[in-house]
Amino acid sequence: MNLKTEANGNLMVIFVREERLDAHNSEELKTEMNRLFEEGTKYILIDLKEVRFIDSSGLGVLVSGFKNASTRQGSLKLCGLQTQVKSMFELTRLHRVFDIFQTVDEALESM
Amino acid sequence: MKNTIKLDIKVPNQTRYLCLIGKIGEDMARELDHFKGDREALAHHLNVVLTEAMVNAIRHANAADPDKEVEIRISISDKEISIKVYDSGQGFDITAIPDPCFDPAKLDDKGRGIFIIRSLMDSVEYRKIKGGNILEMKKALA
Repeated sequence: MNLKTEANGNLMVIFVREERLDAHNSEELKTEMNRLFEEGTKYILIDLKEVRFIDSSGLGVLVSGFKNASTRQGSLKLCGLQTQVKSMFELTRLHRVFDIFQTVDEALESM
Repeated sequence: MKNTIKLDIKVPNQTRYLCLIGKIGEDMARELDHFKGDREALAHHLNVVLTEAMVNAIRHANAADPDKEVEIRISISDKEISIKVYDSGQGFDITAIPDPCFDPAKLDDKGRGIFIIRSLMDSVEYRKIKGGNILEMKKALA
């Protein structure tokens, strides 16, 4: 899976550079998030702007990261959702759970 | 003029084929010249349903055995989409799968696949057949 992680102060930004986030590759994103949490990261932003398709496994990995961040008194936020990806968050009501921003810059401004 | 497309696909029981199967569903939806609704939304929904159904067969029915096979039959006419996913595993009780919890304080990582399929299709059935099980999903188009 093509992921790029960048530090921005105490926030880690993970760029998911894949067209699909699904049952085939989403565990790798979970592994990367868990690595960051174990290193002491509390705040993660995931940029999904290159992701055109997400399934229940991809959503589940994001929920797992959200819960993990919450138990560490941190946060996991999202940005760059394409229309079809956003529709999956709405279908599963997860748009009410996550803080979702248009861009990385917009997310940074809110912090 | 007869305007039905039928496709019968067999792939190994591995998640690497999810993308291929999903894209086939998308391309089939785009061939529906007479469909009056949002064809791109329908193409996305077919990609989602095929992906979820195949993951379900791989993990829960075929118990992640990479030597098994998943067979998928797709039939699309101007009136209806029918998708049948065959597995050769032990199967599971679809009626015992509850909708996911929507309370943000009680979120579960898993358990959204069947809910998503039920939300996007008109009917969903899972039943035993000789040598395995079949997940049958239908959606009216007209």
